[in-house]
Amino acid sequence: MSPDSTRLITPLKNELREDLRLVAQMIEPGSRVLDVGCGEGELLSYLYQHKNVDGRGMELSQGGVNSCVRNGLSVIQGDADNDLHDYPPHAFDYVVLSQTLQATRNPHDVLRHLVRIGRRAIVSIPNFAHWRMRLRLLTEGRMPRTAALPHHWYDTPNIHLCTILDFIDLCDDEKIKVERSVALDDLGQAYRLNPRGRLANLLAAQGLFLLQGRS
Amino acid sequence: MTVIAPPSPLSAPAPADRPGFRLTVTEPLALDSGQSLASYDIAYTTAGTLNAERTNAILICHALTGDQYFAQPHPITGKPGWWDVLVGPGKVLDTDRYFLVCANVLGGCMGSTGPADIDPATGKAWSLSFPVITIGDMVRAQKQLIDHLGIDSLFAVIGGSMGGMQVLQWALSYPDRVFAAVPIATAPRHSAQNIAFHEVGRQAIMADANWCGGDYIAQGLRPERGLAVARMAAHVTYLSEQALHRKFGRNLQNRDAISFGFDADFQVENYLRHQGNSFVDRFDANSYLYITRACDYFDIAAEHGGVLANAFKNTKTRFCSISFTSDWLYPTSENRDIVHALNASAANVSFVEVATDKGHDAFLLDEPEFHATLRGFIEGCAQHRGLNKS
Repeated sequence: MSPDSTRLITPLKNELREDLRLVAQMIEPGSRVLDVGCGEGELLSYLYQHKNVDGRGMELSQGGVNSCVRNGLSVIQGDADNDLHDYPPHAFDYVVLSQTLQATRNPHDVLRHLVRIGRRAIVSIPNFAHWRMRLRLLTEGRMPRTAALPHHWYDTPNIHLCTILDFIDLCDDEKIKVERSVALDDLGQAYRLNPRGRLANLLAAQGLFLLQGRS
Repeated sequence: MTVIAPPSPLSAPAPADRPGFRLTVTEPLALDSGQSLASYDIAYTTAGTLNAERTNAILICHALTGDQYFAQPHPITGKPGWWDVLVGPGKVLDTDRYFLVCANVLGGCMGSTGPADIDPATGKAWSLSFPVITIGDMVRAQKQLIDHLGIDSLFAVIGGSMGGMQVLQWALSYPDRVFAAVPIATAPRHSAQNIAFHEVGRQAIMADANWCGGDYIAQGLRPERGLAVARMAAHVTYLSEQALHRKFGRNLQNRDAISFGFDADFQVENYLRHQGNSFVDRFDANSYLYITRACDYFDIAAEHGGVLANAFKNTKTRFCSISFTSDWLYPTSENRDIVHALNASAANVSFVEVATDKGHDAFLLDEPEFHATLRGFIEGCAQHRGLNKS
């Protein structure tokens, strides 16, 4: 690639969100990445600028897609439930699904597609076993609402919430190898905790996982 | 818009009534039908300047009733170029940065060889003895022009509607020569509904007694009524129910009350009659038959074992597919079929559906969201191609 091709397409308005920065750290420079649910393309822009990544995106909201394409990113309108089956096996080095799995209709199918399409998959989920959730449910007796999951039970897009331990169980059931897992606090900072342990499941607001693709 | 001198002395200026350039190709063109054209003309116009490396060329493909006058006033109607909103210094198709080429399609009637031209073998107008052509044939002829201009690899091929079909055909036929492809408001195959509408148009032309079985030029006649009706029917399909309602509603034309007759009582009738009548001044009826047929025959999957996904295997071209919410002629779902096929090849593809009530014709209009999308995609591609702002 020529040096020019790594220039900024559009300068980022803000710094990359902390959890996305951790995702970016897991990605080898120069690789091919599909970001499913790429929003306004923050991660893809960052990867393009800093890691020379050949990135693609998929986004449900038309506003997000249009803004990505306007900024020179390769993004299509689509969603994880319906539009992953087109891709051939190992089409990408990494498939990223950030904070979206809980909003899909068939999380296990989506997960299978991620490890089929990608040589690796990077998945992050909000942890419903976070102590704040537990406390709210315990003390208030109502569906918990937090900054990370602010919706009411009746209007939430998050129809398949799970805990870190639930997610790891699903990976085990699907025989998907978890290469790395990271527990994150409210601000997206990594904890120094065993992410498979009960303490991480209590303290972490999110879990971030690097999964091995199916060969 | 200034017209740049021909990039090569081999192109002759076109006749005065067809400003632009004309390339006469004397190498025979083998057609999909099995027939061939011994020689043929390609009329084209350009805007901007080809750079020394010849890497900044964009081929613009026109739609069914469009022509090569995308950036300069039309010699017959005097109207601005059909993509005037997009083309010019600093505009989305920036003539300070890119060399834009647009050729009248084979079978057309604005200078490229078509059924209204003289068959050198007989000395008479081709009329219906002109061979049936396909989108593939049109693109094969355009390739001769691109070769002639000394352009190895087109920076981009862009077009809407039938122009979008040509874009797809370019990406399929000459994948190494298309860096970026922008098929807009189009489809990988012509749907039954679209074939049906084309057939209505063709039958309207053929029902005109002046059509004379296609031989009207020799008879000194013009099937203007039939061609106008064909245009009226087609024009409705280019709009949307909302756009028609917004523009005309049930408003009456220069009168206070309905006339209980068959005059154009309603503004929408008057508008359609005007569309039909002005169209016949600039279009040949047999060209309309041939070009609609070329669209009908378009089906990418058919050439690839019925599997659209096989068509784009290993393509390196960067694609941007764009559709419009109110386009019922080439709806989003058909544009999305292209995107799915490209995904199956893990191709580099963007897809944007632009929200608008202007129907299929939105690709010709001032649609800021569409223009911003196109600008962003082209800018991103220019960076990947190493075409920097000067």
